[in-house]
Amino acid sequence: MGKIEWAMWANEQALAAGLIYATGGIVGVAGQFRGWQFAAFGIAAGVFVCLLEYPRSKRGKGTSVERTGQYCFTVCVNAFGPLTRNYYVRAFLHAALCVPGGFMLATVLGCVCLGIASLIYLSAAIHGEHWEPILPRTEPPKRVGDSIKEPPQNPPPRPPPELRRKKADKLETAAYDNPMSVTVNE
Amino acid sequence: MGNFAANEGLSIFVILVWLGINAFLFVHFYMAFLVDRYYYTRVILGHALSWARAPAACLNFNCMLILLPVCRNLLSFLRGSIQCCSRTAARQLDRNLTFHKLVAYMIALHTAIHIIAHLFNFERFMDSQLMINNSHLPYVLSQIGKNDNRSYLNPIRTNETSQTIVMFTTIAGLTGVVITLALILIITSSMEVIRRSYFEVFWFTHHLFIVFFIGLVAHGIGRIVRGQTVESIIVHDPKKCHSKFETWGQSGTDCPKPDFAGNPPMTWKWVVGPMFLYVCERLVRFYRSQQKVVITKVVMHPSKTLELQMKKKGFKMEVGQYVFMQCPSISQLEWHPFTLTSAPEEDHLSVHIRIVGDWTQALYTACGGDKTVVLDAWTLPKLAVDGPFGTASEDVFRYEVVMLVGAGIGVTPFASVLKSVWYKHVQENKNVFTKKIYFYWLCPETQAFEWFADLLQSLERQMTEKDMRDFLSYNIYLTRWKDAEAAHFRVQYEAENDPITGLKQKTRYGKPNWDNEFSAIATQHPGSKVGVFLCGPTALAKALGKQCISHTESGTEFIFNKENF
Repeated sequence: MGKIEWAMWANEQALAAGLIYATGGIVGVAGQFRGWQFAAFGIAAGVFVCLLEYPRSKRGKGTSVERTGQYCFTVCVNAFGPLTRNYYVRAFLHAALCVPGGFMLATVLGCVCLGIASLIYLSAAIHGEHWEPILPRTEPPKRVGDSIKEPPQNPPPRPPPELRRKKADKLETAAYDNPMSVTVNE
Repeated sequence: MGNFAANEGLSIFVILVWLGINAFLFVHFYMAFLVDRYYYTRVILGHALSWARAPAACLNFNCMLILLPVCRNLLSFLRGSIQCCSRTAARQLDRNLTFHKLVAYMIALHTAIHIIAHLFNFERFMDSQLMINNSHLPYVLSQIGKNDNRSYLNPIRTNETSQTIVMFTTIAGLTGVVITLALILIITSSMEVIRRSYFEVFWFTHHLFIVFFIGLVAHGIGRIVRGQTVESIIVHDPKKCHSKFETWGQSGTDCPKPDFAGNPPMTWKWVVGPMFLYVCERLVRFYRSQQKVVITKVVMHPSKTLELQMKKKGFKMEVGQYVFMQCPSISQLEWHPFTLTSAPEEDHLSVHIRIVGDWTQALYTACGGDKTVVLDAWTLPKLAVDGPFGTASEDVFRYEVVMLVGAGIGVTPFASVLKSVWYKHVQENKNVFTKKIYFYWLCPETQAFEWFADLLQSLERQMTEKDMRDFLSYNIYLTRWKDAEAAHFRVQYEAENDPITGLKQKTRYGKPNWDNEFSAIATQHPGSKVGVFLCGPTALAKALGKQCISHTESGTEFIFNKENF
């Protein structure tokens, strides 16, 4: 199972926090609550956090699982270089973004969740983790054979057809079908 | 659509009943707050009151349900008792984790609705305190109970506060925040990525459910949902008196001041039963884990497989069951599940463990894996074993015809089955219901064959001796090979025994053509129920599930059973 990469959990927590922040903000603005300006900020901050956290980082060990359609987000986030790669920056950013949420009831939950995500990111940064983009491997695509005359890449280990011709009376014990039909008097 | 009803019918029925109860509770409790008792509450809050109370009722129901599917021992017991009546019902209990997740999603949904409704409620309560104007009914209502702090309606008692402060100073508000946070942390650490990679984070964070349930029961203690008392309704009819609010309580009117009281907490009534059952479950697990387990034999197999043979007093098992094992010297808190590879007829219990992570690696070292000298028995680590727990393979002998499919290490439950088959026939047990077993093993490497091949070889011998060659038909598929090996196979193709396994039945290469296999079995056994048992990856499960549903020729029914870990 391996040692924990805290950033993976921080990522899930931050994404959830962004959604909650934005939802609380929408309720605050739609209901025209007092302090709706904080709610409006909550929507903007929540959406921003979601966009930032959507692309998963490449794991240090093991296979990374992408989120659907995350490639364009990966490219955008990667473009900011060390600002987004470094988890200390992210921890600080999340901590700063969550503070205004504490001033209004609708966004308080988003504020606390984002604060927790910030703490987990801090832990990740202390453990030396950083964000790596998941980019598709640039290998030449496998050429599909122009015709079926090209042999398959990894065929089952069988001798060529001429040698494989089982005698007719041994057909039942054969583990494979005859490539050519045989009759008894062969 | 042939076998769809047989395979999925009961699941769909259970889900529909559960959704139906949710819908009923939602609507019922929505309407329950539209009565006269809450007339004045609704003057301030509007329908947001009902929108908060309806999901609260659903939350009570779902929080009651969520603990039940994870009471492993209770489910094993139920499974054993139901099996004699209905195989289908017993199979339904295998899907406990899926149900647990569905209920969790429903809890998350209802929590969201509940919180959003309460945001509106708090806002409106605050508004009515702030509109300092005696000709506004909401303000007048908010002033009731100012003196004795008992018969009030508005839980926000003054206008010199804010909702946020009130939330953190009322029991309902504070417990609400705590349990919502616990719920969010539980959900984010239960995402599949985290669960599969860092089980410990998932398992430890999940124990926040203790905080969740304590907070949930405490949530209603403050009695913050208030309506008119029964005595007050008799003398003060809101429908007649609401417009005369400026003269309430004054002499000469027939509208005295209304009195309000809060509803008693209800949640504990819903959850106390399952909480008690779960506490019993953990006690049973703890008690079982304290029983002494002795390692009698340690075998190292190639392809990093470790076999442990153990003895535990009073241990009884059925085929294909699994146990949880703990090694206190490695980790006090980690319990890991392993399928039993021994048969019930043997005098010991054995597990085959693949060495993949920290815990298994540590176990390998503790059992002397890297040493070449024989270890004394007393130097072997102490182990604790909890179980056995029943899974789908228990049902194997209840079908007349059986297809067993194992992928890689997933063949382990079937090792237990095949051994048991051998013992049953050795003991001349003519009451064996199963007449034919088709066994498929898909394996990516040849070395993994070694320990299992020995078992198959001895079975092959025994069956030939007892003239029973038709009973078991097995097919081993090698799904990956290197070029060097391929050359060797090609040369050996005519040998009597297979070059890889040494068995008379030749190893096949590549993946099986399931369509052909299913059709062949269906035509061979018309009109019978064929049990299909799989222990392997999800992709294969989907493929086999589809095959089961689509093959209905000759009236054969394929019932699909999947192990889930």
